[in-house]
Amino acid sequence: MSTERPLIEVRDLVKHFPVRGGVLRRTVAQVKAVDGVSFDIRRGETLGLVGESGCGKTTTGRAILRLEQATAGSVTFDGTDVLRAPARTIKALRRDMQIVFQDPYASLDPRITIGESIAEGLEIHRIGTRATRVDMVREVLGKVGLHPSSMARFPHEFSGGQRQRIGIARALVLNPKLIVCDEPVSALDVSIQSQVLNLLRALQAEFGLTYLFIAHNLSVVEHISNRVGVMYLGKLVELADRRELFRRPRHPYTRALISAIPVANPEHRRERIILQGDVPSPINPPGGCRFHPRCWMAQEICRTVEPAFTQRAPGHWSACHFADDVT
Amino acid sequence: MATSPLLSVEHLEVQFKTQDGIVRAVNDVSFHVDRGETLGIVGESGSGKSVTAMSLMRLIPNPPGKIAGGRVMFDGEDLLQLSEPSMRHIRGNRIAMIFQDPMTSLNPVLTIGRQITESLELHLKLSHREARRRAVELLQMVGIPSADRRLDDYPHQFSGGMRQRVMIAMGLSCNPELLIADEPTTALDVTIQAQILELIKRLQQELGTAVIIITHDLGVVAGMADRVQVMYAGRIVEEGLTSEIFAQPRMPYTIGLLRSIPRLDDEQGRKLNPIRGLPPDLINLPQICPFSPRCDYFQAGQCDAQVPPLRDVAPDHRAACLFDITLQTPVTAGDPVSA
Repeated sequence: MSTERPLIEVRDLVKHFPVRGGVLRRTVAQVKAVDGVSFDIRRGETLGLVGESGCGKTTTGRAILRLEQATAGSVTFDGTDVLRAPARTIKALRRDMQIVFQDPYASLDPRITIGESIAEGLEIHRIGTRATRVDMVREVLGKVGLHPSSMARFPHEFSGGQRQRIGIARALVLNPKLIVCDEPVSALDVSIQSQVLNLLRALQAEFGLTYLFIAHNLSVVEHISNRVGVMYLGKLVELADRRELFRRPRHPYTRALISAIPVANPEHRRERIILQGDVPSPINPPGGCRFHPRCWMAQEICRTVEPAFTQRAPGHWSACHFADDVT
Repeated sequence: MATSPLLSVEHLEVQFKTQDGIVRAVNDVSFHVDRGETLGIVGESGSGKSVTAMSLMRLIPNPPGKIAGGRVMFDGEDLLQLSEPSMRHIRGNRIAMIFQDPMTSLNPVLTIGRQITESLELHLKLSHREARRRAVELLQMVGIPSADRRLDDYPHQFSGGMRQRVMIAMGLSCNPELLIADEPTTALDVTIQAQILELIKRLQQELGTAVIIITHDLGVVAGMADRVQVMYAGRIVEEGLTSEIFAQPRMPYTIGLLRSIPRLDDEQGRKLNPIRGLPPDLINLPQICPFSPRCDYFQAGQCDAQVPPLRDVAPDHRAACLFDITLQTPVTAGDPVSA
């Protein structure tokens, strides 16, 4: 393992959203969206974060960028404490930490040209002059596979896949170290998804980018990531090298997720684990292991004792009392 | 003579009038569904798969839409010629449909029970009490716990997966002969998707309903369908037994789709081979192979001279390509990777 310090260190990250009720709009409960999550992102790697809706993967990504104010925990980016940094430091940090959103229709301002849209970040960070900014926009458009003449056009003139390229260009133009990709391909058609995935890979190789890749589609995450973390109800339940995670999952939830993916091969026969029930509410997560009400392996201990997130094999972390029995 | 299929669609044409011109959403589409079988229709946005399904139910909003030609023969009758009252007797009763979004397809101000009993009273002429009893049975059948109590709940009190179960219960309430499921699991999480697909499969086996499942997900059809048809730019471009289509695809578009998806059952670290370019604009579609501008096997003077007809390429397998392309055919055209 490299001894180099990771680009991002997340420790015990917590984000609770208050639920207000009654006439006085008092806080009556907390949605425990992220409830104690720790992981590192190494320089130049892609860390995939998967989980079903409401598991806290998007909130984790946003809290790292301080787009959400975390409730507790720490995030260290390149040695800087992100969560406690003053506003000025944050502004500078944002140049290094960018985000690409899921919905390429909602994330671009329809009233300004895409050239203006891409140059916005450069203006905010006072990079270059008006003339050099135009050159930078032109160059970045080429990098994401769009014609430089697209600069003068408006978002509605582009398809979903092209808009996602524009979203990537907006992030890329600032020359960031980290890009948080929040479901970047899930709104796109199958044949377009792979174009964008290949583009993200090529840009990573060219610019040495680090990605936090958040998605619910396991096949996509498996394809693009070096390591993958699996979230369930605000907790990280497993984290491992992608190959290891898919070949030998050490958490029953991961195993169920993998077995639930529809495989585009009618001859592919495998044992399917169909989980019973729905994901419980993050307001009142089950005691003990949060997965126990849906887990077919659950024992008495799972109902009472919350399993620790520990290393079960080199680089393979799992939060299950019976991690070694998951086969 | 073999028994006639339950549903047979012949030369269906659907158009939408827009400011920019006429969008030809469905062009000369013909297919059939046998009793009790599952047909998968695969395609990307704009391929015409949902519009085809909506036309079978005569649910195309007119204007701007219009069924411009063709026949939809259901059990010997042309649905397109039926009066609206007769059509209403078919819809929900003999042909049922479930939609992608269970959040918007249920009425938020009516209880779940009322929404199910409505069609039972209308189509099956059940009394209110009988209808309620049947509704409880239906909810139990689709796996809703304590069904009798949940009957008086409103849709917002159900989760997404539960709502889709309710939709399926409603769809099956009148024992339809055909169930059309339009992207039934796209809005759901993967573990819930697995539950719903399993449920549709089980009910189909128990009730013998024919199913048309419409999806963009090749994995879903691979696990569900007996036969698959692939749509592109409003046309069927390949059709055959599911095992055939996945093992020996013969249309370059299908081949491209299969190569472009990341697959867990595949070897590691494979670079994806995207299909370059974008689907065509359905306004002013030229009379050429609609896939030819993106095709790796494009032959000038042939692919751009006509719309290739669906032709037999193997037993029970048809493809709309002029050439005998297979997974093994080496790529002849320029660089296939645009990104």
